[in-house]
Amino acid sequence: MRRLAVVGTGHAGVQIAASLRENGFDGQITLLGAETHLPYQRPPLSKGKISGIEAAQKIALRGSAYYSDRGIDMVLGERVYEVDLDAGTLLTTRGRVVEFDRLALALGAKVRHLPVPGTDLPGVLYLRDLDDALRLTAHCERATSVVVIGGGFIGLEAAALARTSGLAVTVVEADARLMGRSVAPIVSDAFATLHRERGIDVRLSARVEEVIDRGGHAGGVRLADGVTIDSDFVVVGVGVLPRTGLAKSMGLQIAGGIVVDPHSRTSDARVVAAGDCTVSARDGRYRSLESVHNATLQAKNAAKTLCGIDDPDVEVPWFWSHQGDLKLQMVGDRLDVQETVLRGEPGSGKFVALHLSGGALVGAECVNSPADFAVLKRALNTGAVMDLRLAADSAVPLKDSFSQPDSV
Amino acid sequence: MVAITFVDAEGTARRIQAAVGQSVMSAAVEHDIPEIVADCGGSLACSTCHVYVESDFADVVGEPADDEDEMLGGTAAERLPASRLSCQLEITDAMDGLVVRTPAVQL
Repeated sequence: MRRLAVVGTGHAGVQIAASLRENGFDGQITLLGAETHLPYQRPPLSKGKISGIEAAQKIALRGSAYYSDRGIDMVLGERVYEVDLDAGTLLTTRGRVVEFDRLALALGAKVRHLPVPGTDLPGVLYLRDLDDALRLTAHCERATSVVVIGGGFIGLEAAALARTSGLAVTVVEADARLMGRSVAPIVSDAFATLHRERGIDVRLSARVEEVIDRGGHAGGVRLADGVTIDSDFVVVGVGVLPRTGLAKSMGLQIAGGIVVDPHSRTSDARVVAAGDCTVSARDGRYRSLESVHNATLQAKNAAKTLCGIDDPDVEVPWFWSHQGDLKLQMVGDRLDVQETVLRGEPGSGKFVALHLSGGALVGAECVNSPADFAVLKRALNTGAVMDLRLAADSAVPLKDSFSQPDSV
Repeated sequence: MVAITFVDAEGTARRIQAAVGQSVMSAAVEHDIPEIVADCGGSLACSTCHVYVESDFADVVGEPADDEDEMLGGTAAERLPASRLSCQLEITDAMDGLVVRTPAVQL
């Protein structure tokens, strides 16, 4: 391979380019992205106020010199709309033609839209990219109230951000609990209580029927039971969908996302893919894993594959969500959790839910317990064995409850 | 620009030029300092940008805030009095010549 084109300038796209150079690849790298901003970190967008150019620079993944110094050609503000794999060419919306030997797709995900009347009104915000975050911050500075539709990570982070800015905040979640797809019920319940204590009105099992039109602008929501909640604007955070259009047009295997294996290979040997646009087989199903860690890990493995290194990294997945002063960190898989044991008291706002399968630790959710999280992440990656009796006692330092398997 | 030197566990020193206002962590990432893993990009979520600040600069960098202090309890390498998370060290003019040592392990 002499020429690589990377489509997408999020965490995964930038990491593929960076890792290729670290691996010693000295051919041509073209990094193409639809956004005009220098590639930036996505997590801070929903976790703190983002306003102005300065904030945008603060969250840049790398400075512009990083790319030029390493001979990474950046093409920003141009969307790739056609790829001819046999010819080894791609075409952008500005008519640029880029030639390549191998292609890396890091297309990311797009927000899921809510299929109810009124969501196309001005004053209905989604939160995915930097421009969305700038809009949210601007709204929080002017408005006094907001309804957030969706009690997942993004919705709750946006809600906490608005509440910290002094707004009256209502979260409307269709499910019976918060973050239901991702955390244990006991953690969901604790977060509902803790957010309510911080002044957020959390409504569960509440389905939105429409966004209220108040003089041509979003003015709140009407729920299925007829209740209306007025607000100055509305934020929708009901999940994301992998971007697959381009991959589909190239004939790649799609199953809700671009199907990749642990080497980040797609169904076509000329194409690798990484990050939120992908799905991979886990527990007999194709699943997406939307996290910075997964994007970075898949990108590093894609770069290895492109360089002919047949040794993919395997790491336990992890994720974090900072919701105001509530810091949630998760590690491991919840797919076959049989038992959950608590360390600490949920009502205190500082506790850990330890997930077990067959008596062994398989994952954990840590609330305002960053030191415990670090210990658990390391233990899961090294296969350390946990003494459950000690681990459940929050008076004992967590690291004292682990031993390496060979020393047992 | 100010000069910052990273010294790894084997004693190899690398001196870089960094901009005032960015963090020591992001300056390290820009310059491919491999010992600074920085998994979370400075969000105080991963404890993988651990450094030991040389004693000459202890007063200049000051003390960690409470949340950083708690995260330092989870670093892979031993926490020492000089331990800091480099994502929380915002570079100032007074840090010109700063020397930090990186631990043998971050993960």
